[in-house]
Amino acid sequence: MRITVRLFASARENAGLSQLAIDLPDGANVALAAKKLNELHPGLGSSVAFAVNRTYARGDAVLNDGDELAIIPPVSGG
Amino acid sequence: MNDWLAILSEPLPLPAVLEFVTDPAAGGICSFIGTTRSEHNTAGTELIALYYEAYEEMAREQLNAFATRGREKWPIQKLVILHRIGRVSIAEPSIVIAVSAAHRDTAFQACRFLIDTLKAELAVWKKEIWSDGQQRWVSGVVLAHRAGPQRE
Repeated sequence: MRITVRLFASARENAGLSQLAIDLPDGANVALAAKKLNELHPGLGSSVAFAVNRTYARGDAVLNDGDELAIIPPVSGG
Repeated sequence: MNDWLAILSEPLPLPAVLEFVTDPAAGGICSFIGTTRSEHNTAGTELIALYYEAYEEMAREQLNAFATRGREKWPIQKLVILHRIGRVSIAEPSIVIAVSAAHRDTAFQACRFLIDTLKAELAVWKKEIWSDGQQRWVSGVVLAHRAGPQRE
């Protein structure tokens, strides 16, 4: 399956891109996606939170084909 | 329509916000406005602006969820949450929250809840822009995410 990964703020600047697509085995979860992202761009999948389809998700959340995974650096709105 | 919730890239329309929450059934309106604070470091370098970036699609859904959570807790008449993105100069507002309710305690509590929740959870990031050209992302809130705050 293929998912879209979106990057924001410091994560976007560090990786030098705002979006990418990655292929994962069926049944993969957020933690596996983070591992794969770290292989592609070291540091990208570590020490940040994630959202799946615009909702915060834990590492054990299972991904589906077409999902949008967002890398969420520590927020600082307001 | 009793809620006005938006992520905006232009200056926040404060008079329109107070007009929006004005309501015949309300005995009080409480508002919070967050603004860019002037700062300088020991070298004499000054902060000249903040730059805000949002995960806009998620942030819009979150504002809806915050409004729903607020209405579950308190009898709110009308409610506004506007967050600005892009460059926000010194003393300009980046966030405005306004709540009208029958009684002031409700308005104060709901307004406080909304700004505190937003600060902890909203998918928005700010970067400091300094007079010497330096830019730095502000270190933000980490822990709330991992617990999945939207699933409480």
